[in-house]
This record gives sequence, structure tokens and C-alpha cells, in this order.
Amino acid sequence: MLFSALSDAELVARCRVGDEGAWNELVERFSRYVYAICSRGFGLRDHDAEDVFQEVFARLYGGLHALRDDGAVKPYLAQLTRRLCIDHLREGAREQPLEEPSGSEQDERLERIDEALAVHEALARLPEHCREILDRFFARDESYHTIAAALDLPAGTIASRISRCLGKLRVELEGRSDLPEPSRKGGR
Amino acid sequence: MTDYDEQRLAELIRLLPPPPEAWARAAQELPRARATIDELVQRAEADAEFRRALLADLEATLELTGIEPSRSLVVALRRRLDTV
Repeated sequence: MLFSALSDAELVARCRVGDEGAWNELVERFSRYVYAICSRGFGLRDHDAEDVFQEVFARLYGGLHALRDDGAVKPYLAQLTRRLCIDHLREGAREQPLEEPSGSEQDERLERIDEALAVHEALARLPEHCREILDRFFARDESYHTIAAALDLPAGTIASRISRCLGKLRVELEGRSDLPEPSRKGGR
Repeated sequence: MTDYDEQRLAELIRLLPPPPEAWARAAQELPRARATIDELVQRAEADAEFRRALLADLEATLELTGIEPSRSLVVALRRRLDTV
């Protein structure tokens, strides 16, 4: 069974009947998203981010039977993670006041994370060598040297391979209408 | 979708690094932890002293019981105990 080929709704349905492989894939599929909301969206430190991360998946697992729409697991996770992050920040603020970002700044960060997830979903549809090289270089911050050694490639070819794979990713994204509108503010 | 130039794509890929491996692995182990959680909750329901010890120091009580208090187990168990 190739769980990565299943839709979110199919995975949730399988998780509900106790399919551990489906649960592994569901965690794998959304772990970066939940982590990014905690750490980049709300700036939680690792220890707090881990608490929220585990709480999110524990609640998802415990609440699988109560999900109203199996296909809407992503917005469910987004909402749950945001709520738990806010609770965590409020609890922490009782002991140590913190500078909270403005609402619009927060919304903008979360929109960019949604957009990043859509790009990662497109990345998942690329050939494995492209997925691997783009993920290692950009998301895992590995050097050309490390990537070359891991993938048994000449180090001098890594930059051109990255560029070619980014081109393929752009083609994959073109014409897709279900992507969040690219946010143009910041970071360009 | 011409807005996605190389720089923008790179930034968006960078936004989603993987969490530490142990975090995802712990979350993936939840189904296997379920039996342990059910057993502990049943014992807590039947044994007030055990329940009190769990609530006072969950991690230490788990260790005394011979169970490794992984973060995912602790979080899931604490959540279940809140409803007992």
C-alpha cells in the first residue's frame, strides 16, 4: 500500500479503523506544517513547540472519530495548532511578558506557511531525485558537499541540478488553481 | 503562476523544515501507546492512590511503573486523565 498516494480523506478514514501505516503517513504529511506554525508562525521555543506538536497529534488521534469532514484535516490541524500555540503563549506570558506580533503580521506569517505547504505538496509530485535535492538544500540546509556525498553525485553538478529541479517545480505549480494566493509582502 | 521565481520557491521550501525526527516518531507511536494509556487510565480509575500519584508527578510515576515517559505518551495520558 502506497500511503503517500492517498488523499487526506482516505488517510483519515484508514486511521479511524486503526491502520498504523496510514497514521504514520498522516503524521509525516503534516508534521512540517504543524512544526512551522509553532516555530515560525508563533515563534515558540523548541521545548514549547514540542509540547504543542505532541498535543496536536494526540488530539487529532483521539478525535479522529469526531472529525466532521475527513478531507478537512489540514484546516483542522491549522486551527488546533494556532489555538494551542496561543494558549501556550498566554500561559508563558503570565510568568514572563512577551512582545506579541501584531495580528496582521501573524496572519501574514501563517498565510506564507500555507503557501509553503502547497509548494511542498507540488514538490512531492516531482521525481524523487528532485524532491531529495531541493529538500536537502533548502529545507534541511545541507551543503553542496553533504548533498553530493549523500546522493553520490559530483559536487560541481549540485547547483545546476538544483536550478533544473526548481524549474520543474515551477512547471508543476503552473496552472494549479488550488494554491493559496502568493503573498507578496516581505522576504523577496 | 509566474509569481514563483526561483528565489520565491527557495524561500517557501525553506519555510517548512522537518521537525526533529524524534518528535514525529513519538507522534507516530501513538497507536501503539494507546493500549498502555488505556491500561493506566483503568488503573487510575480503580486505584485512587495511583491516580493521585499520577496527577502529582506523571513522569516519575510512569518510570516507577516501568514505563518510559515519552513526551507523546505523557501528553496523551495527561489529556485522558483530565477527563477521568
